[in-house]
Amino acid sequence: METNMTPHVLGDDIIVIEDLYKDFGSVVAVNGFSLTVRRGEVIVIVGPSGSGKSTVLRCINHLEMPTSGSVYIDGVRLEDKQTDINLVRAEVGMVFQQFNLFGHLTVLDNITLAQRLIRKRDKKEAERIAMEQLERVGIPEKAHAYPRQLSGGQQQRVAIARSLAMNPKIMLFDEPTSALDPEMIKEVLDVMLDLARGGMTMVVVTHEMGFARSAADRVVFMDQGNIIEMESPKVLFNDPKHERTKMFLSKIISH
Amino acid sequence: MTGEIQTIQDSRDQSSRYDLRGFPWWLIAIIGFLIFMFFLILTNPDYRRAFEFIRGEFGGIAGFRDSGMAGFIGTGISITIFTTIVAFAIALVIGLLAGLGRVSTNIIIRNIAITYIEFIRGVPTLVLIFTVALVIVPAVAGALGLSNQAISSNVRGITALAIIYGAFLAEVFRAGIESVPSGQMEAARSLGLNGGQAMRHVILPQAIRNVLPALGNDFIAMLKDSSLMSVLAVREITQMARLYSGSTFRFRETYLVLTFLYLAMTIALSLLLRWYEKRIR
Ligand SMILES: Nc1ncnc2c1ncn2[C@@H]1O[C@H](COP(=O)(O)OP(=O)(O)OP(=O)(O)O)[C@@H](O)[C@H]1O
Ligand SMILES: [Mg+2]
Repeated sequence: METNMTPHVLGDDIIVIEDLYKDFGSVVAVNGFSLTVRRGEVIVIVGPSGSGKSTVLRCINHLEMPTSGSVYIDGVRLEDKQTDINLVRAEVGMVFQQFNLFGHLTVLDNITLAQRLIRKRDKKEAERIAMEQLERVGIPEKAHAYPRQLSGGQQQRVAIARSLAMNPKIMLFDEPTSALDPEMIKEVLDVMLDLARGGMTMVVVTHEMGFARSAADRVVFMDQGNIIEMESPKVLFNDPKHERTKMFLSKIISH
Repeated sequence: MTGEIQTIQDSRDQSSRYDLRGFPWWLIAIIGFLIFMFFLILTNPDYRRAFEFIRGEFGGIAGFRDSGMAGFIGTGISITIFTTIVAFAIALVIGLLAGLGRVSTNIIIRNIAITYIEFIRGVPTLVLIFTVALVIVPAVAGALGLSNQAISSNVRGITALAIIYGAFLAEVFRAGIESVPSGQMEAARSLGLNGGQAMRHVILPQAIRNVLPALGNDFIAMLKDSSLMSVLAVREITQMARLYSGSTFRFRETYLVLTFLYLAMTIALSLLLRWYEKRIR
């Protein structure tokens, strides 16, 4: 085991996914997926519906348990029995398409809950950090509002602030702007761009090609549970090698 | 209600006809019956005697410490109310635990919970009252080395109601937990909360809010089912009514008064519940 882990501990590889498989009964969602993400890198995953993008993302923090294969976060193998998955998850923020703010809590309490329970910060400290993050996403005045009183874009920014307040090493985004009205997409993408420029390690499933072009170090094109092509955005968008990539991109752009 | 009357006055023919159709005539009818009965009890000595017997004496409740409540409204009514409140409080605890067990991923815990719930749901309430009070309570008392007589029929009745309603409330809590979108649990877990923390701080508060009206309805149902404790000779209002009619043969007065008492309590509670439901919406 020691020898097995050494290569992952060394160097700057913060996420290592090795030969990941995930099936739901007869449906194979992820089929032998491998990817290494370096610290500070921004990876964008694109691909047709049902290609397994969400499932890969959810396997990175074990919201979904892989059928086989390994996921290492900062050298820790998640599949090991002695790994405390809750400690790992506290280091890996996740932002969902449907925001998933806690409906019974104010914005401020949404952001302090996990800080207090997991990071063991006292109320004052947690609220100070929460306000800092709300400033960062641009809506400190909504601290005492309830989620249902916010627009979709504001809710998503609160969700990002809630994750950031845990000081994560990695942020995962699963189609963060897909449920938003067009006029709100930009306010969320701006926050994400800012994060990317600040050096956050990010894995983002999105169809926002503008975001991919300006923020991604690499774009992964997935189909049928596997990587078809992985390139810099410039190369992948302008000069895709594979037929399936070309077809997918032509559909996206024509829309 | 005032709002509805308001709209009747303000609106024109077409819509006012509509509003009159939506007006709660049923409530007027029921309140009319209640006022009529109240008047009978005040003025007719036969009804008054029936009422005074069923209501019970003013004073302490046998088997309980002298309670202030009984001094006001009589032992019969206060036993009905008191046993319902106590049994419901215990049923809430049992129901919450069984409901959590019902959604547990641990198959042993889940199956214990399902066994309890299905067992209770498969047997008539009246039969369960006998079984719990006359079989299970004595067996448990025996195992604990208590004498059977040491346990009053009030305690047996409360135990039976609590165990029966615990199973009903378990299903209510389960439905409440399942009504919370799965994204809430996922978001909580992705922040590093363990399953218990996520349940306690994220899922349950929302689940309980969702099922408060259902819990209110079950409280009303339990108030009515407390009448079944009369088979254990618990001296709540139904038992008092049986005693009175048995010795006087005044069935009409007795059971109209008894109906009046239950209806007054349940209508008051259900109006309160409707008002609350409107308010949270
Ligand atoms: N919980 C589940 N139970 C059963 N099948 C599932 C489950 N989650 C995903 N799948 C299936 O796995 C496959 C991959 O799904 P996944 O959600 O990862 O795709 P995706 O690329 O994110 O698609 P989309 O763009 O529509 O979000 C699909 O065929 C899907 O139906
Ligand atoms: Mg998806």
